[in-house]
Amino acid sequence: MAVAAEVPVVRVAGGRTSDDLRALWVVWKRELIRFSRNRMRIATSLAQPVLFLFILGTGLSTVISTADHFNFRTFMFPGVLGMTVLFTSIFSAISIVWDREFGFLREMLVAPVHRWTLVLGKCLGGATVATIQGAIMLALAGLVGVPYNPVMLLVLLLEMMLTAFALTAFGVMLAARISDVQSFQVVTQLFVLPMFFLSGAVFPVTKLPAWLGVLSKLDPLSYAVDPLRKEVFSTLSIPPVIRHTFDPGVSWGAWNLPVGFEVGLVALAAAAMLAVAIQQFSRPS
Amino acid sequence: MWQAVRVTQLDTRPVTAPRDGAAPAIAARELRKTYKEIEAVRGVSFEVATGEIFGFLGPNGAGKSTTISMLCTLVNPSSGQAHVAGYDVVADQARVRQRIGLVFQDTTLDDYLTAAENLRFHAELYGVPREVVAVRLRQVLEMVDLWDRRDGLVQTFSGGMKRRLEIARGLLHSPTVLFLDEPTVGLDPQTRSHIWSYIQELRRREQITIFLTTHYMDEAEYCDRLAIIDNGVLVAIDTPEVLKASIGEDRVELHTEDDQEAISRLLQQFQITAQVSEGAVTFHVPLGEQFVPRLFAELGVPIRSIRVARPTLDDVFMTYTGRTIRDAEVTGSERLRANPWMRARGRR
Repeated sequence: MAVAAEVPVVRVAGGRTSDDLRALWVVWKRELIRFSRNRMRIATSLAQPVLFLFILGTGLSTVISTADHFNFRTFMFPGVLGMTVLFTSIFSAISIVWDREFGFLREMLVAPVHRWTLVLGKCLGGATVATIQGAIMLALAGLVGVPYNPVMLLVLLLEMMLTAFALTAFGVMLAARISDVQSFQVVTQLFVLPMFFLSGAVFPVTKLPAWLGVLSKLDPLSYAVDPLRKEVFSTLSIPPVIRHTFDPGVSWGAWNLPVGFEVGLVALAAAAMLAVAIQQFSRPS
Repeated sequence: MWQAVRVTQLDTRPVTAPRDGAAPAIAARELRKTYKEIEAVRGVSFEVATGEIFGFLGPNGAGKSTTISMLCTLVNPSSGQAHVAGYDVVADQARVRQRIGLVFQDTTLDDYLTAAENLRFHAELYGVPREVVAVRLRQVLEMVDLWDRRDGLVQTFSGGMKRRLEIARGLLHSPTVLFLDEPTVGLDPQTRSHIWSYIQELRRREQITIFLTTHYMDEAEYCDRLAIIDNGVLVAIDTPEVLKASIGEDRVELHTEDDQEAISRLLQQFQITAQVSEGAVTFHVPLGEQFVPRLFAELGVPIRSIRVARPTLDDVFMTYTGRTIRDAEVTGSERLRANPWMRARGRR
């Protein structure tokens, strides 16, 4: 029996849940460390939404005349929250392409852990960073006539988390196929900006020509921005006409989609993209 | 400090693979890798004993990196088999991965993290038991003289420091086999010799097997055994001494007024085949010093300078492949495409 104590424990690499969780945690933590070290990145990724909200928003509000002096920036606010989350998430996903270029990705891919832990850790890390950025923007609510309602803030935060996760998964899925930063930027211009404009983030999409309307409904971001806007508008006391113009919701034919359905769609898309991303990174070379 | 912790006692060694060195640390049989149009590795077989420093010597594009990638489970062989630390590199990928340390040709550190953070990241990924992480971290960092710089961001490190940090990281989880792909390429001579003293100290202290690739001849001298690889084929395997002794002839390098004439006269008058290599008429003869006077007397082509040298690994390489390693680099440069890292970067 004394012998048994001397035999070293044989561990099956990556087979234990605790090993996977440690890997997932450390990949997540790395995202946060890198984010916190890069003050420039924090500043620049906040500058853009702030510019949109206070410069573009103010500029547009001078040409859009509404009754009761409805603040156009109030309309834009949820859209700008979506924008913050969108750009931060995609930027986080880009870091995979950087990691590939600078070799660190290899350090991760040769580790004796399941690949899904790496991909999920990355997505959760990117989502956390994007949610933090979104929360900072949320603090500006009072400046654009949105009350600091605790329930609203919490709901917005949760919706942003889900959106951030879905968008990071989307970015990681793209990053799996892309080997250099330049092509990723092209893809970003090709996908991300149109997604942003068609989502109803900066202008209402109900009165668009038919072909743009269809594209807007195909845009997954539409279903993420709309719940944010509904939540913000639920705290406002405004005339029904204005509500109808600026918070029209997304309809399929005559059916105005309920928030729960939209959130479900985003969650479903997140799961699907995460699955594809994991599958992409698990292929043997 | 060194005696404080032997992580190897805590885990990772398979019961099935005895530690007395009876089972080879690496065994490859007819390993072959064919990319679409390129046969990068054409059936190599070899064994590396536990505790050995084993080197793969060859020009760029000879198949070194592809072989190491297959042994490290990064690339699946097209055919053939390999066992590392007792496990099959295809069927038991995860077990192999936990038992090997890797130091790549290009840096794979995160510049935005500190040295210690890079190592902690690695410790978590490799499941190093939490209670030994701090001690082991200090151990490996002290070994490569980076303990004082542990909280420095890696982006502030020099090339040599980065390489040392990578070696430390490769050792963190107490691997049984350490793979070093061109460990000193691109470093200045002083840093190179430092890194080699770490590697030798490592072998003494950790009793691990080291598999490395190199195209530096002086570096190859440090290996216990060498395999010479050219065009994806192993042309010789033995200790550096035996390889050099097997040549048995000295190398003579001539600068003459007319190299072509010198080569044809060498063939006619002395039955010696010579060739121009790195700008000098080069050939091998037994007892080179005694041959020199005859050369001056009988060659009939004015000689500007002459050099006689005992066999080096350069000569070994030349004997087995018909060219020097530097000449092979030039003609082999287009084969770089076969390098899996280059390919991995170019696509996917």
